[in-house]
Amino acid sequence: MELTVRLFALYRERAGTKVFSLELPGGATVSDLTDAVRLRYPRLAPPDVKIVVAVNSDYAEPEDLLKPGDDVCLIPPVSGG
Amino acid sequence: MIELTSQTLDPDKFTSAVRLSTNGAVVTFLGTTRDNFEGKGVLTLEYEAFDEMAVKKLEEVRQELMAEFGLDDVAIGHRTGTVAIGEISLVVAVGSPHRKEGFYACHKAVDRIKEVVPIWKKEVYEDGSRWVACEDHEFTHEHEAALQGGDG
Repeated sequence: MELTVRLFALYRERAGTKVFSLELPGGATVSDLTDAVRLRYPRLAPPDVKIVVAVNSDYAEPEDLLKPGDDVCLIPPVSGG
Repeated sequence: MIELTSQTLDPDKFTSAVRLSTNGAVVTFLGTTRDNFEGKGVLTLEYEAFDEMAVKKLEEVRQELMAEFGLDDVAIGHRTGTVAIGEISLVVAVGSPHRKEGFYACHKAVDRIKEVVPIWKKEVYEDGSRWVACEDHEFTHEHEAALQGGDG
């Protein structure tokens, strides 16, 4: 399945794009997605730092399953206020 | 009331929204943009938001506090875009039957907002800029060496 991944703030700047698409096998999890993201953009986050993912505007767990059409966003550490 | 806006925030609008006749207190927090970080001059702040999710999470925080503290209403406003020094970037107004719950709720609201709402703040200095709270994302020499080695 092809997923569209959106990036914000630090990740958007480091990747040099707001959005990219990623091809993942059916049944892929959020953890599979972050593995693929790290291969594509090795300089997004250091390997020992967790990449937080939001799916359809809620925080997702690494074992959550992805499905076609999901709105996937990568969330660097937040700092509102 | 939840508002995410690139326009100036008017605190009166938020306090008015929670000034109900059932309340004996309105506690308001204003987050304002500071002109320094560790001795360095900050020229301006840039806020970026994942709009749909930020509004959703702000509403969740609002509902959570109203339920936990038995409040009638909470109003939250957050700025996006470029915010000049000394301006208001966050307004939290809590309407409460009694003051104690109001103070607790307002404190907790600000903590929760900083924890879960996808909004990012960049400090702009004369000689560069920094995304706040992203220190753990800095690459060390070891990381760089592993990347350059190509065996990652």
